[in-house]
Amino acid sequence: MPSTPRTLLDKIWDNHVVFTPPGELPLVYVDRHLVHEVTSPQAFEGLRLAGRRVRRPEATFATPDHNVPTSDRRLPIADPVSKQQIDTLRANCQEFGVRLFDLDDVDQGIVHVIGPELGITQPGMTIVCGDSHTATHGALGALAFGIGTSEVEHVLATQTLRQGKPKSLEVRVDGTLPPGVTAKDIVLYLIGKLSTEGGVGHVIEYTGECIRSLGMEQRMTVCNMSIEAGARAGMIAPDAVTFDYLRGRDYAPKDFDAAVAAWEKLPSDSGAVYDRVEIFRAADVVPQVTWGTNPAQVTGVDAVVPDAVSFADPNDRSSAARALEYMGLEGGTRIVDIPLDRVFIGSCTNSRIEDLRAAASVVRGYRVASTVRAMVVPGSGRVKRQAEQEGLDRVFREAGFDWREAGCSMCLGMNPDTLAPRERCASTSNRNFEGRQGKGGRTHLVSPAMAAAAAVSGHFVDIRDWQYK
Amino acid sequence: MQSFTTHSGIVAPLDRANVDTDQIIPKQFLKRIERTGFGQYLFFDWRFLPDGSANPEFELNQPPAAGASILLARRNFGCGSSREHAPWALADYGFRAVIAPTFADIFFNNCFQNGMVPIRLDEADVDELFRRATAAAAAGGQYSLRVDLQACTVSDDAGFTRSFAVDPFRRQCLLEGHDDIDLSLRHADKITAWEADRGLPALSG
Repeated sequence: MPSTPRTLLDKIWDNHVVFTPPGELPLVYVDRHLVHEVTSPQAFEGLRLAGRRVRRPEATFATPDHNVPTSDRRLPIADPVSKQQIDTLRANCQEFGVRLFDLDDVDQGIVHVIGPELGITQPGMTIVCGDSHTATHGALGALAFGIGTSEVEHVLATQTLRQGKPKSLEVRVDGTLPPGVTAKDIVLYLIGKLSTEGGVGHVIEYTGECIRSLGMEQRMTVCNMSIEAGARAGMIAPDAVTFDYLRGRDYAPKDFDAAVAAWEKLPSDSGAVYDRVEIFRAADVVPQVTWGTNPAQVTGVDAVVPDAVSFADPNDRSSAARALEYMGLEGGTRIVDIPLDRVFIGSCTNSRIEDLRAAASVVRGYRVASTVRAMVVPGSGRVKRQAEQEGLDRVFREAGFDWREAGCSMCLGMNPDTLAPRERCASTSNRNFEGRQGKGGRTHLVSPAMAAAAAVSGHFVDIRDWQYK
Repeated sequence: MQSFTTHSGIVAPLDRANVDTDQIIPKQFLKRIERTGFGQYLFFDWRFLPDGSANPEFELNQPPAAGASILLARRNFGCGSSREHAPWALADYGFRAVIAPTFADIFFNNCFQNGMVPIRLDEADVDELFRRATAAAAAGGQYSLRVDLQACTVSDDAGFTRSFAVDPFRRQCLLEGHDDIDLSLRHADKITAWEADRGLPALSG
């Protein structure tokens, strides 16, 4: 009997429901649990108080990333509270037998950068982490999502989660990417169209010619920001790009060909039905710049900052008015006329080697504008090492960028890398919320190439017009 | 976990959409390794002026919200980061329920782990609650609601009653104050069997 066509989400879900107790939510098995210093201490403490252990330490991987300094690693951590949190992670990993990629390890880095990089992330897996950008791992065809600390404790203790099945949303992007437009521009454009809550209750599967044409790291950039459209997770069906990326990585399956044979069965069946479908055209996407205080408040670099009164919906109108005031912007200002004080290239969205290559190619032969302070924070120790082998660090340093150690850094400013009040930053990160990069700081989200060009020019420029040297 | 059956309390109206968890609890307070004590930092950057004094413009600092335990907000409340510090801060401040037209998924789930009920009502009903809260404030008073998790209703003493939907399992856990992990570990044999079926190595210890 032919079975009902299933989506990628259906297949992974069906493969992981352990049991649905009568009248309760299903217990869903978790294949990989990623842990960092900020959302785990209370979970480990909960285990300790209840006399519980970590059920599968070998499926659990930890690294400090959120609050680590990105300055010289040989120096002690100046902030005693940050130090305590990192020391606590170290002690918990030791006590519960969890593999820790510590600060002195070349494999340390942003948890969503090192998971794929080490091959810990694999197609068909369920992956969770106490961090909303866990959706990044969905780029490899995994079901990956962020959870709260109580759920972290639940996974540590049971290797399962209590979850109802989310709905599926196909976001199809047809056509090919115009020159100068990157994965970051696609996802910012999609969030602008879907709104910050358009994906609530759903897992997005990105499909279509444009998505298929993206390299592995660009796919991660797209999936990473699914949460900014409210989605539980984002995913892309695994294909040859995925398999080529994973082959030979440290934690990749030993019998790789057998694994590929299983992974090839994961993509959605033809005729599979999604709960919702949204279709977009790559040709409509231009380089994007956010002007407000949520990622859906975004427009093209060739446009102007909108007036609050231009929004029909009263919620949108009051949000826009509040955002413009916070951002110190007037409606009608051309995006390319917005001057900048800071540039941040980094974060789990855009700190991988391809991101750094894209930024370096823009910067090569130029100097950072005298009015701008700019920094590059690689996503992991390995990304940093590779960039240095390719001489990218020299390109950045010679242009006047700071070249830092790996971590989340100014994406959320938990470490000393923060904006001062009213400082305006072009950032390759994922959130432009009020105060996100420092109290009173003003964040504009852009692609790595757009951030690099803005650093050189001192204001936004249309990367499509850039004179590469 | 603290159980929840019924709760009557004062409503704090926060007339904003897309209130993100960075606003609910800014990142500088995420370095603590405890679950408690976050209430003092709730909405910190909105609630306090740079000199540390209370910001009189902020809704929670105004007389109608004094002593409030039910937060009323606009759509997509709790968006952004997964930080459970956000519901920890709301609960520690004294909130037992949040009412909004829509919530972000992770925040919504996190509330149930902390004895707090997130209540989704239609946008028109939320509008009506804002009107009633505003009218009470204009008359120099406060506005109160009663949340009944047995009946799944929100009501005031002036004729407003609405039902709300809540997952039956989450509801039962809240009513009885269950620990999710205890409940799940009752099925440890099922988890072990599932792992064995998939050839995962047997657990040590």
